[in-house]
Amino acid sequence: MMKKVIAVLFLWVVAFSVHAQTNDDRPLIVITDGVTEPLPFALPQFQAENSAASQISADITRLVAQDLAGTGLFREIPATSFISRVSSFTQPIAYADWRAINAQGLITGAVTVNGNQLVVKFRLYDVFSGQELGQGQQLVGTVDGWRRMAHKVADATYSRITGEGGYFDSRVVFVSESGPKDNRQKRLAIMDYDGANLQFLTDSSAIVLAPRFSPNGDRVLYTSFESGFPRINVLNVGNVSRQQLGTAQGEMAFSPRFSRDGRQVIYSLSNGGNTDIYRTDLGTGQHIRLTSAPSIETAPSLSPDGSQIVFESDRSGTQQLYIMPANGGDARRISFGDGRYGTPVWSPRGDLVAFTKQNAGRFHIGVMRTDGSEERLLTSSFLDEGPTWSPNGRVIMFSRETQGAGGTSSMYSVDISGRNLKAVPIQGGASDPSWGPLQP
Amino acid sequence: MKMMTRATVLLLALATAACTNPDRFGGAGGADGANGANGAGGANGALAGSAGDPTSPAYFNQAIGDRVLFAVDTSTITPTGKSILDGQAQWLMTNADYRAVIEGHADEQGTREYNLALGQRRANAVREYLVSRGVPSSRLQVTSFGKERPIEVCSEESCYAKNRRAVTVLSFSAVTS
Repeated sequence: MMKKVIAVLFLWVVAFSVHAQTNDDRPLIVITDGVTEPLPFALPQFQAENSAASQISADITRLVAQDLAGTGLFREIPATSFISRVSSFTQPIAYADWRAINAQGLITGAVTVNGNQLVVKFRLYDVFSGQELGQGQQLVGTVDGWRRMAHKVADATYSRITGEGGYFDSRVVFVSESGPKDNRQKRLAIMDYDGANLQFLTDSSAIVLAPRFSPNGDRVLYTSFESGFPRINVLNVGNVSRQQLGTAQGEMAFSPRFSRDGRQVIYSLSNGGNTDIYRTDLGTGQHIRLTSAPSIETAPSLSPDGSQIVFESDRSGTQQLYIMPANGGDARRISFGDGRYGTPVWSPRGDLVAFTKQNAGRFHIGVMRTDGSEERLLTSSFLDEGPTWSPNGRVIMFSRETQGAGGTSSMYSVDISGRNLKAVPIQGGASDPSWGPLQP
Repeated sequence: MKMMTRATVLLLALATAACTNPDRFGGAGGADGANGANGAGGANGALAGSAGDPTSPAYFNQAIGDRVLFAVDTSTITPTGKSILDGQAQWLMTNADYRAVIEGHADEQGTREYNLALGQRRANAVREYLVSRGVPSSRLQVTSFGKERPIEVCSEESCYAKNRRAVTVLSFSAVTS
């Protein structure tokens, strides 16, 4: 089971046609914070080029549509409205027929299955300008990996239309939860960004918290209570082997994150009632203390260039956000609104910090610029916490816990504009998502 | 951690498996579901004995009280807390074969990491108080479960007040201190 899912898909991309490229490099959609009218697209079912491909071509087509429409930036035009039939991948496009139904984007594709080999070809057209957008592509992978192939088609489409990176062919590591609130069982799990291909990475013999992906997705840091004390483990996603970060007797270690090169870990260490931020080199085991205040310093997150750390501290009396140099030193406070701010996460683009805010009995996920300006709350509920960024910095996933004795936790995603809030569709309770990179 | 182990075994026996298909841990049933063992708060029950016997853990838990409670977002020991801890210190000094792990907890109104740190502060405040009353520090360890192990499940102050606690969990082991 494990092998099948973790097995690296051998997948490559071949440009196989050189069509007239659009002279105009402007994207069809510029994603802004304002309300955008979703771009209408037509996605005729991909051609099955042999009979073995008939089911899978339908499945892939559906998943591509689901990925695109799921962003809220695109709207699928139902096939019943189509005037033109696409009966061959190579036939010329009858642009007028697609313009007539107001399609702006048209995606065509063809699928071949040979044994366990899956070949997907696709093309994207800008209907209004009557030109192909970029070049046709061919993806080669395995039948088992068909969802990844569909996500790759959707990523390429998203990317060409918006001019930004996609996020569909990515995975999320999180904590799967079951059982009542006073005896909750927690175990690490991993899934595709859309909730598919759920796999467990640990059993539930000890509480596990807050997994964090390495930058290339090969490892996961998390906090485990195996010893009765919170300690940080490094887990290899491929073979699920794990290793504990060295921690002295009497110390608690938690809230880890990888450095951008994946060689170091920044985290919190508690000792004698005081919690500070440290950095450990995974190769040498050498660690350095980065803060030394008597207050709680936790939840460190590095800037994309690795030069700064955003973290939370209650040095002012309540939890607030601060930024300091990556090697420690003077910290400046960036959160000044009402309430308390915690769990800051630097965006992959470097321009924003996502956070959890508590104010007047409610929890919010929000974003602000790194100087603390332009604070924007994206959600509001009894308990929202722990934001994580999509690889392209456009979407945030987080945990939401419901109120009361029967309270349960689920994962949600929301655009950084505050639009398109939706639950991640998986069975059972889930918390503490960490969104991994786009897969190669 | 002998006591922990016993408590774990106990809960293991009671646990029901929540195994589903995508499970590479073999769905061993009983092997699952043990993570309620740690920090359940009343774990001293595993050592028990008779509450009538002042040298028993049951006496410690029930007659003296194994836990102290805290106000929202504080780690200050209240006057009531101090009198409980005075009793705990006395008991621990009389019964030198016991060690304790002090488990700090927080209510659900807070972020996960902060609550872990806050629980540590609470547990450490208890440890420092017990040491100030003469208990050798070598017999006391602290840990924190943050908001992971509430004993009361409602989302109201009546429950939160009981969840903001530090529990002194005994374990029997002859120590040289």
